[in-house]
Amino acid sequence: MTQRPTPPAPREITTKPRLSDRIFRGTVTGFGMASLVILTLIGLFLALRGFQTFKHEGFHFLTGVKWESVTSDAGKVTNNFGVGAMLVGTVLIATVALIVGVPLSVLCALYLTFYAPERIKKIMVSVVDLMAAFPSILYGLWGFFVLMPMVQYWAGLLFKYLRWIPVFNAPQPFFERSPFVAGMVLAIMIIPIVTSVSREIFAQTPLDRIQAAYALGATRWGMIKTVVFPFGSSGVVGGAMLGLGRAFGETVAVFTVLNIVFKVNLHILYGMGGNVASMIILKWGEAVGDETKALLAAGFILFVLTLLVNMAANTIVKRTLKSGK
Amino acid sequence: MSPAEDMNNETPGEDMSIDSKVSSSALADVANARSAAREPGKAPMGSGLEARGIHAWFGKHHALENVSLDFASGTVTALIGPSGCGKSTFIRTLNRMHEFIPSAAMAGEVLLDGKDIYAKGTDVTKIRLQIGMVFQKPNPFPSMTIGENVLSGLKLAQLKVDNKEDLMQECLERAGLWNEVKDRLGAHAGGLSGGQQQRLCIARSLAVKPKVLLMDEPCSALDPGSTLRIEDTIGQLAQSMTIIIVTHNMQQAARVSDYTAFFLSDGGPGNMIEVGPTNEIFSRPRDQRTENYVSGRFG
Ligand SMILES: Nc1ncnc2c1ncn2[C@@H]1O[C@H](COP(=O)(O)OP(=O)(O)OP(=O)(O)O)[C@@H](O)[C@H]1O
Ligand SMILES: [Mg+2]
Repeated sequence: MTQRPTPPAPREITTKPRLSDRIFRGTVTGFGMASLVILTLIGLFLALRGFQTFKHEGFHFLTGVKWESVTSDAGKVTNNFGVGAMLVGTVLIATVALIVGVPLSVLCALYLTFYAPERIKKIMVSVVDLMAAFPSILYGLWGFFVLMPMVQYWAGLLFKYLRWIPVFNAPQPFFERSPFVAGMVLAIMIIPIVTSVSREIFAQTPLDRIQAAYALGATRWGMIKTVVFPFGSSGVVGGAMLGLGRAFGETVAVFTVLNIVFKVNLHILYGMGGNVASMIILKWGEAVGDETKALLAAGFILFVLTLLVNMAANTIVKRTLKSGK
Repeated sequence: MSPAEDMNNETPGEDMSIDSKVSSSALADVANARSAAREPGKAPMGSGLEARGIHAWFGKHHALENVSLDFASGTVTALIGPSGCGKSTFIRTLNRMHEFIPSAAMAGEVLLDGKDIYAKGTDVTKIRLQIGMVFQKPNPFPSMTIGENVLSGLKLAQLKVDNKEDLMQECLERAGLWNEVKDRLGAHAGGLSGGQQQRLCIARSLAVKPKVLLMDEPCSALDPGSTLRIEDTIGQLAQSMTIIIVTHNMQQAARVSDYTAFFLSDGGPGNMIEVGPTNEIFSRPRDQRTENYVSGRFG
């Protein structure tokens, strides 16, 4: 019996990336992490700066509707800050935006996925993507000069015939710069994101199910109802929530078309309302001392709100795409 | 009902092994047994379908060349041939599913009861109601219950029926699924086994009362047991409709079909090489290439 040769020690396998590769990798990692770091820092900054306000106002900061800082003759400062009215306004405007914007986006996505000829589809997709890139002040100006006069007419009609529904009522027929107008502008602004998410989801509809419907004599619309909607509905919900995230945070466009008043107003046609983001812009210029801190606290609320909505939306969209149900 | 029962009794269940080297005489025996079981001179049911000079293209790719085939009413025709020879393409031109593929084109005529289904002004959805289709992969609608799946065709085509429950039961019985699902019609279709799902798809296509049923390898994703059941079902259905089935399983072709057509592509577009009564195709084909294929020498 021959003696077995001792096996060699396993080699250590290393790769020495080229210098250029290492530099590139470092840079990419750095920038990749940067966005996370910056986001965290912004959150921390807002929380820390706003902390005093939270401590002073407590829960009242969320529910209070007043925003005032009174200095008495004796020089004593009494603060009363609350974003309640603005939060209500934020939700109200975003709701109008979703109710108008989501159906439009879904129709647009359906057209692009199932009806549009290839050439038109390409053009339309890039136009819709371009819409997302426009600065919001342009939407605001357009909303102010073009949409508002038109919406006023429609608001008049709604008021006349649907006044018995509380949201369409108003203390006075004053329809300029109303949450309704702001909601319409936002509706246009969320179309790109909702459309592109819906389009992505619709395009993943399993082909065998589509064929099954057609082979049973379905029209295209019948196929969409029986196959595409059940498959894509939760994805559309996710897309709508991404739109909601945008609607919550929109600042300049809302600021341009909305009459910001610190009062809870649920009459969408009536020309007063608010939204946390545009309120911050409104007050920022003149704020000093405690008010600045209160504004940063409001900013923190907005930060958390947007983060939560976007996270929820992303989870829903991802889950739909993966499950392929 | 005796012819149907006879036929089912004659269906041999033991040689299910997918053996490509089966002797063609054994296949011919199976086919002979089947054709003997069919009552001669029985009045045909269903509708005849006639394909005349069918060509099909995918973009520039010429996939199918000049195929003419007659499908007499109440018969079962098997389409066989090696992979890629255009069987699926051909069957999809028969109910106008071919045109869903972008850039797909076709030439020729398909006559249903003597009328060209590609004629201008034809309502495609009506055509597909009369010519049903069962796909290779079972594709029930997962968001619907078993019962809803069966009736989904009616809803899609906006057809009214007097008694939905009866129709549902009838279709499930004809598809050989009733006994397995009668207690859970409200359950979701995704919970069924693959074989059950495929029979559900058959039941679904029966609900709109098609005259012709196209089946593209309906058993290729199924176990032998489910396969036999579906073959049973095909035997039953053949009494009331015209069936065209694509299959890679020669024994299946021999067991279920009256006629067999052999397709082949020699690198170019696919052609229909030969068609005839199934027992003749398996015992004395006229073309050498058919002989080679059915005896397992290639493909
Ligand atoms: N969607 C498509 N786009 C482009 N070419 C296609 C498409 N479907 C099929 N073909 C081509 O058409 C030819 C015939 O295909 P077909 O699917 O009809 O073959 P088949 O006989 O059904 O094969 P198999 O037995 O594998 O199912 C093939 O060359 C195939 O590449
Ligand atoms: Mg095929």
